[in-house]
Amino acid sequence: MTAKQSTQPKLRVSGATKVYNTRSGDLTAIDRCSLDVMDGEIVSIVGPSGCGKTTLLWSMSGLHGLSSGEVLLDGVPVTGPNPEIGLVFQEANLLPWRDLDANINFPFEIKGTKPDRAWINELLHRVGLDGFGGRYPRELSGGMQQRAALVRALSYKPSLLLMDEPFGALDAFTREEMNRLVEEIWMDTHTTIVLITHSIEEAIFLSDRVVVMSPRPGRVASIHEIPFPRPRSLDIMTSSEVFNLMNTIKMEIVGARQSRYPQGGTAASPQPARAAE
Amino acid sequence: MSETDAIPEFESKGAGASDVGITNMSALTSGPGIKSVREVVAIVLVAVIVIGGTEALLNIFAVPQYVLPKPSEIAVALVTEFPLIAPHLGHTLVELFGGFAIGASVGLILAAVITQFPFAEKIVTPYILLLVTTPMLALVPLLILRFGFGYEPRIIAVALASGPMVMINAATGFRRVDQAKIALARSYGASTQIFWKVRAPMALPMIFVGLMVGSIFGLLTAVGAEMVGGGFGLGNRLTSYSSMIQMPQFFAVVLILSILGILIYVFFFLMGKKFASWEA
Repeated sequence: MTAKQSTQPKLRVSGATKVYNTRSGDLTAIDRCSLDVMDGEIVSIVGPSGCGKTTLLWSMSGLHGLSSGEVLLDGVPVTGPNPEIGLVFQEANLLPWRDLDANINFPFEIKGTKPDRAWINELLHRVGLDGFGGRYPRELSGGMQQRAALVRALSYKPSLLLMDEPFGALDAFTREEMNRLVEEIWMDTHTTIVLITHSIEEAIFLSDRVVVMSPRPGRVASIHEIPFPRPRSLDIMTSSEVFNLMNTIKMEIVGARQSRYPQGGTAASPQPARAAE
Repeated sequence: MSETDAIPEFESKGAGASDVGITNMSALTSGPGIKSVREVVAIVLVAVIVIGGTEALLNIFAVPQYVLPKPSEIAVALVTEFPLIAPHLGHTLVELFGGFAIGASVGLILAAVITQFPFAEKIVTPYILLLVTTPMLALVPLLILRFGFGYEPRIIAVALASGPMVMINAATGFRRVDQAKIALARSYGASTQIFWKVRAPMALPMIFVGLMVGSIFGLLTAVGAEMVGGGFGLGNRLTSYSSMIQMPQFFAVVLILSILGILIYVFFFLMGKKFASWEA
């Protein structure tokens, strides 16, 4: 089994193309995207807004089909929702009329299976949510809600976790806390993770590889290896290598920015008055 | 497959976008809550002053009973006449519950079904609006011609008045589609469960609003229909007492109707609080 896994990617996206038929004509969201994710790997997808990241992730999850190309999970085509895949959405996406316990039971209710209480309790303990089972989402902070969503996604032990900008709505500190939590959970479970993020720092902190996508129609523009060992300390994250990597990726996404003004700090500063202050 | 191919772009939504903003929910989820003994005392005091003041003023100015009976006279009439009024209250309740049960069920089912087919909804909506805006009392004389002076015309009128109200509000609820929550359910393999596990709970607060408004409309129509024709019901008592200038009895019936209306409101308020308080 190990020999097989070393050659066969956990997730293979090949030639994925998705065209939306909209009223104003066809819209190519992603165009011939190909990507292999190995077992136990964490891969981040970054790219400019509207480049089809979410479309790509949804295709991986089987939530919608592709116009052409295919997605293979363990070599088997993904054609619909798959019990091996866990999804974490933008914002926690908890059901507000259910308390935390009922929210975590939701996947099992739909699937008609029995929840593994011991595992769920362990997860809840891990994310610091024990004792909150009777609380409703509105009674939880944004970070707690997203942690609950993470527990919900992991509750049925998926072998692949897909996360769509999971921490985008959180403040910077909570977000870092969540990143450490994901790292910790990965250290325990080695679940394969694909995540979309707008934060390059988050992408570098979490990933083995960062995939940069081009503007619409989304294509895989480049892939960066992030070679640092885990757990990744603050020292690593503040190193010059990480700094350079961040700038390289940022440059790729934003492009070399051309300002209308002369590039900063020249002698002919147009604001002499401010210098006097 | 239209749902499957929906563009999954809800990035532009701000924080809390999952809570679809609905303002008229305040009828259900926010009401004046009594917090302290001081408030209770104040409320009772004001009530005593209003009722006692009315009594005193009517006494001082010697207002004849047929113009406006004193609160004490109304209270006495309520107690002494109640055995006579009670059967009529029963008739009104039968009409109200019967008509509302039919109207609300049809309205709920129609709302749930029709919102799944936007095209059909567009075709049906004008007729529903017509039913909502037309006072169903106008049809009562016609219904009496056809069905006589029994329960039937009244129950039909109540159903016609409350059903569309329930439907139009419930439909608003069912239309509140949160793609992310539906996608969540679908990612676990849900298909038919989406209706019961996502759409219906999401519509519930608006359903309660519809039930509340619908039942009040039903009460209105039941009493109105009773005033138009037929020998029983609280509406019939109103016309009867007023024609005999028995004003204390007349106001006793009005008081019973007010209490009935308040009870309906409180019932749905509490139901909303219990099952739909997450909306707040």
